[in-house]
Amino acid sequence: MVTTLDSVDVVTVGVGWTGGIIAAECAKEGLKVVGLERGRERGTEDFSIVHDEYRYAVRYELMQDLSRETITFRNNRQQRALPMRQMGSFLLGEGLGGSGTHWNGQTWRFLPYDFQIKTMTDEKYGANKLPAEYTIQDWGITYDELEPYFDRFEKTAGISGENNNPFAGERSSDYPTPPMKKTPLLQRFETATSNLGLSPFMLPSANLSEAYENPDGQQINACQYCGFCERFGCEYGAKTSPEITVVPAARETGNYEIKFNANVVEVMKEGDRVTGVRYYDTVTFEEFIQPANVVVLTSYVLNNAKLLMVSGIGQQYDPETGQGTLGKNYAYQILPGASGFFDEQMNTFMGAGALGMTVDDFNGDAFDHGDLDFIHGASLSMTQTGSRPILHNPIPPDTPSWGADFKRASIENYTRTLSVGGQGASMPHRENYMALDGTYKDVYGVPLLQLTYNFTDQDRALHSYITERAGEIMQEMGAKTVVAGNPISDYDIVPYQTTHNTGGTIMGADPGTSVVNNFLQHWDAENLFVVGAGNFAHNGGYNPTGTVGALAYRCAEGVIRYSREGGSLV
Amino acid sequence: MADKNKNFSRRDFLKTSGIATGALIGGGIIGGLIGANTNRQDTASTNAPGTPQESTGAPGGVRGLTFFKNNAEFEILNQATERIFPEDDLGPGAIGLGVAYFIDQQLAGSYGENSKEYMQGPFFEGELTQGYQSRLKRNEMFRQGIQLMQQEAQSRFNANFVDLEGGQMDEILTAFQEDEIQMRGTTSLFFFRLLRQATLEGAYADPIYGGNHNMEGWRMKGFPGHQAAYINEIDSEDFVEIEPQSLGMEH
Repeated sequence: MVTTLDSVDVVTVGVGWTGGIIAAECAKEGLKVVGLERGRERGTEDFSIVHDEYRYAVRYELMQDLSRETITFRNNRQQRALPMRQMGSFLLGEGLGGSGTHWNGQTWRFLPYDFQIKTMTDEKYGANKLPAEYTIQDWGITYDELEPYFDRFEKTAGISGENNNPFAGERSSDYPTPPMKKTPLLQRFETATSNLGLSPFMLPSANLSEAYENPDGQQINACQYCGFCERFGCEYGAKTSPEITVVPAARETGNYEIKFNANVVEVMKEGDRVTGVRYYDTVTFEEFIQPANVVVLTSYVLNNAKLLMVSGIGQQYDPETGQGTLGKNYAYQILPGASGFFDEQMNTFMGAGALGMTVDDFNGDAFDHGDLDFIHGASLSMTQTGSRPILHNPIPPDTPSWGADFKRASIENYTRTLSVGGQGASMPHRENYMALDGTYKDVYGVPLLQLTYNFTDQDRALHSYITERAGEIMQEMGAKTVVAGNPISDYDIVPYQTTHNTGGTIMGADPGTSVVNNFLQHWDAENLFVVGAGNFAHNGGYNPTGTVGALAYRCAEGVIRYSREGGSLV
Repeated sequence: MADKNKNFSRRDFLKTSGIATGALIGGGIIGGLIGANTNRQDTASTNAPGTPQESTGAPGGVRGLTFFKNNAEFEILNQATERIFPEDDLGPGAIGLGVAYFIDQQLAGSYGENSKEYMQGPFFEGELTQGYQSRLKRNEMFRQGIQLMQQEAQSRFNANFVDLEGGQMDEILTAFQEDEIQMRGTTSLFFFRLLRQATLEGAYADPIYGGNHNMEGWRMKGFPGHQAAYINEIDSEDFVEIEPQSLGMEH
């Protein structure tokens, strides 16, 4: 028994940053918007006792309930894909605000090079710089075209930063708020990188340096540097999140309704149009159909791709033939780095999720790759995010992992260790992709998404090169011992790495090689939009959210235009 | 034994992927790192309430047990966690911190029941890179692991685990860590990692969860727990010592 609800102008699947931005922009234009969120309502008032490492960081209080739905994983097509039974390598969010609630707030614009990576790489290094199995391609949009949308997102979020990164794309305006505090620990990084001839700058932050009212009239408070950002919500309303900005902005119009505990399982399609979505009430398991003139998929990367696959929309990518676009170009991130052990105790337990300094001298194509066997690079940062005692037990090499020596070394070094870390770009590879699993299902009986992924030679070369650079910086910072990260071998889904999954629903200029156009409108269904880091044709050397926010504003413009004019937007 | 343990600790971590911890584990050699945390003298409370030594006769003493059904298996856990995180001049070990009580309570709840995790079949062994693939719940692993510790003590030393010398207990724990103990439905390496991690969680989680007695784990480490803000301290050039605070009123 399925209940069909009254039709609305726009339905979004998931209410995080992208769902919230689409809702706010469309509702302000008078469109009736419904947001379907499978998790619960939550907000700042729920985070007053959030300084609890065990509950939030170790037991994943804010994350998806994997007993209901997970993914399956294998390193290559020869392996049997098995369920990710526990969270590890990346953390899937759930509930109002999605990952935008438990993020750190490091807010970047991808580089001009990222958007035209194929063209610019070919021009400079020739067409064979990377072997053909690396499926890099341009994004169908340039940095300059996307700049107004970056600007828009940064103003909504009130980003704190300083405009002195010589390698960044040009900005139409300065950051809305000044950078965060340049703490003594960050000054060490600044001095060391300057000594090395690099160009350090304050990391753009969504933990705001001062109170700020955004153009929608929403208030974001000043960060208190409590050291509990990533995996936590902010009790001060000082880490910009959807539930304190775009969601209330949308609600104030009177044109927006969020339905909680609503788990979408299918996008309904008739001919070349979609007609709405089917969802389960997660409490009662009742089934509903929400008809809509426009459907926007605004859930996480993995779920956006899954919904298209289970709904039979678009052609599934096949690594054997290279045909199909859905599930293609899944990418992740490469994490080179170095740690340094110091004699003196430092205030490593204080901090904020996006408190840091960065150099981009080894990111994008800022350095010559002519003699290197990889492209792109990494931002290299030292962040002071607040180390917590359960998950932070730094020990020098050759220290046992338990017992008396472990205890002494891990306690000694908890406040005596700093790290310089890179976020390495991840190039897509023919064998890294998403599909539907043939064996395992979620609690609604829908197949799980299947991930086939491994690190590549490009990844290993990039990792090794950037790790050396990180070690040089740490040496210059005066560490008594510098320990470089291990070379990477096979991707392992167990240890936490990063929640920067990308691809699978990539954007582009050509329906033959992309899933959506540069308004994030689906090539095969004009009233269906798919937006998020799934649109990235490769992953760059930064956190994704700034670029995701820009794409969401671009998408909102597309939805509004489509609602008025119809037709393909490109 | 010390050397053996050292070698293994490297292999254990390298086997995973070294990405999260890699920066701290990879090449490079460090000379003897002897310096102690100088901030605190020994504040160990060697007689944490409810340790079996002062038992009231009820399993788990005055604090009681929520998962384990008798003192014998609880006491094996108690001793094993103490070997992993021993008392020393820095402060209390796992027993003094109440780590085994923490684990006992966790095993009785969603952690022990894996209730937020995907536990549907079919089950296959899989590659190490694919993670947890056992049909066993954590509390089943702990119960079996503890039984096997006792069994090993009997077969190797003809004694109860809790009556062994520290070095003998370490030998058994190392055998688990080196995956030499046959377990049903899981591996002893996997169980050992779980036990090690749970011990650290019990040492450093907020005392509201039953471990980290009197916040002594935090004091040893220099972590102040729940503090509203550091906006007035973060510019300090010097290390700032702050008396820790728990989320609970009574800790």
